[in-house]
Amino acid sequence: MEEIDAQVDRDRIRVLPGSTPTSASFQFDNEDHTLGNALRYVIMKNPDVEFCGYSIPHPSEAKLNLRIQTYDDVSVYEVLEKGLRDLEGLCDVVVDTFAEARREKDARVS
Amino acid sequence: MATNAPRIPSQEELEQRRRLQVGPETVSNQASTDFPGHWPGENHAWNIDHFRETFRVQFHKSEPLDSEFSLIGIDTSIANAFRRILISEIPTLAIEDVFIRQNTSIMQDEVLAHRLGLIPLAGNRNALNWMKWYHRPTEDNQNSGSPSDYNCAVLHLNIKCEWKADGLKLAAQGETDPDKLFVNHSVYAKDLRWTPIGKQEEIFGDGRPLEAVNPDILIVKLRPGQSIDLLMHAFKGIGQDHAKFSPVATASYRLLPTIDILKPIVGDDAKKFAKCFPKGVIDTPVITTEDSQDDLELQGKEGQVRAVVKNAMKDTVSREVLRHEEFKDKVKLGRIRDHFIFKIESTGQWDSEDLFLESVKLLKVKCQRIRRGLDEMNK
Repeated sequence: MEEIDAQVDRDRIRVLPGSTPTSASFQFDNEDHTLGNALRYVIMKNPDVEFCGYSIPHPSEAKLNLRIQTYDDVSVYEVLEKGLRDLEGLCDVVVDTFAEARREKDARVS
Repeated sequence: MATNAPRIPSQEELEQRRRLQVGPETVSNQASTDFPGHWPGENHAWNIDHFRETFRVQFHKSEPLDSEFSLIGIDTSIANAFRRILISEIPTLAIEDVFIRQNTSIMQDEVLAHRLGLIPLAGNRNALNWMKWYHRPTEDNQNSGSPSDYNCAVLHLNIKCEWKADGLKLAAQGETDPDKLFVNHSVYAKDLRWTPIGKQEEIFGDGRPLEAVNPDILIVKLRPGQSIDLLMHAFKGIGQDHAKFSPVATASYRLLPTIDILKPIVGDDAKKFAKCFPKGVIDTPVITTEDSQDDLELQGKEGQVRAVVKNAMKDTVSREVLRHEEFKDKVKLGRIRDHFIFKIESTGQWDSEDLFLESVKLLKVKCQRIRRGLDEMNK
């Protein structure tokens, strides 16, 4: 909504120590259960994912930890990227379906 | 399994998986299981086309400030994200800074300022969309973030309570009704005056001016000689920062209740059964010969009434019916896991259905921002 500053978004994301290409914990600043649980759901829908879970390490710190582990040699970065894209696609479908249903309803009323 | 072809569960099995069972003291089968690897041989990978085909929206009530609709075929985590965004992340305009020149009312300055902040404001929707965030001046740069036409709305409240011309005389005669004795003895939200600054005049245009949603909100009471003179700055903010910025009075969802009558409930039992539920949930029609032909258990009971489910959506799932011995094994209560009945009550700045669309867009923006940060990180 505001002017886009990629650096601001860059600084909100960290990979926590101890990561490997197939298992990593990400930390996002200023995110909560809203994104955490939704993202966990779509990532778990990916058959390449062995485990995905999230936690808010402390309630008074606005931080979200997201853990992903993948099967075989699938990259966690690609899995996260796919998860975000899938969630965006889902949002588009919800908007389209909702707007369509709303148009139909308004047409019925008038 | 002989082949690697994915197993397709029967429609009946899928129906069963969508059901939560509600017992007298327990709720079972709550967790969704539509993940790859949960059911052997079944494909539950994310598929946008499948989602597009199965996701449905139904409207139940559409009023500008109160809407009710169902989202069917979506996971709880997503529905809950929409609800959370509705409550705490959609921006609205609210009074944030109050500059008090005069306040001789009995209400302390800070209490008065707090009350002013909580008044829901409304105005031309497009103009409000045009307005941006306000950034407070920082410690190291005092000149940064000055209020301007694109991020700040200025309102005034200037009011003085006085005796009416014959007020003193009436009071001496024992009159106590403030309406007859004083002018301006109650300050209402309609007394707030908005002054357009800069381009605001042009952008708000002929649309709704900035004003309180409800003109009759009582702010404070005055008595003769007391006056209030203050200036207010309204900024954009989100509910996460302060509840006054929340665009909704409530935004909530519940799962669609189900009532399954397993064995016929007839006669006085049917009437008692209907009384266990809110009005309109259970109907008690008279058994006809046609009914008894269809159902052997109803034979010989023609002319009596029987209980049928009319509208399960109205049920509150009080579980009263499960307390009665005679209905044991005759009824099963449940809920549908992926049928969310949303209820959104707007405070007036947004249309309640627009609010939902906005919440979905905001979830998408969140994803895009994370993805942008991720791209930068991997560069």
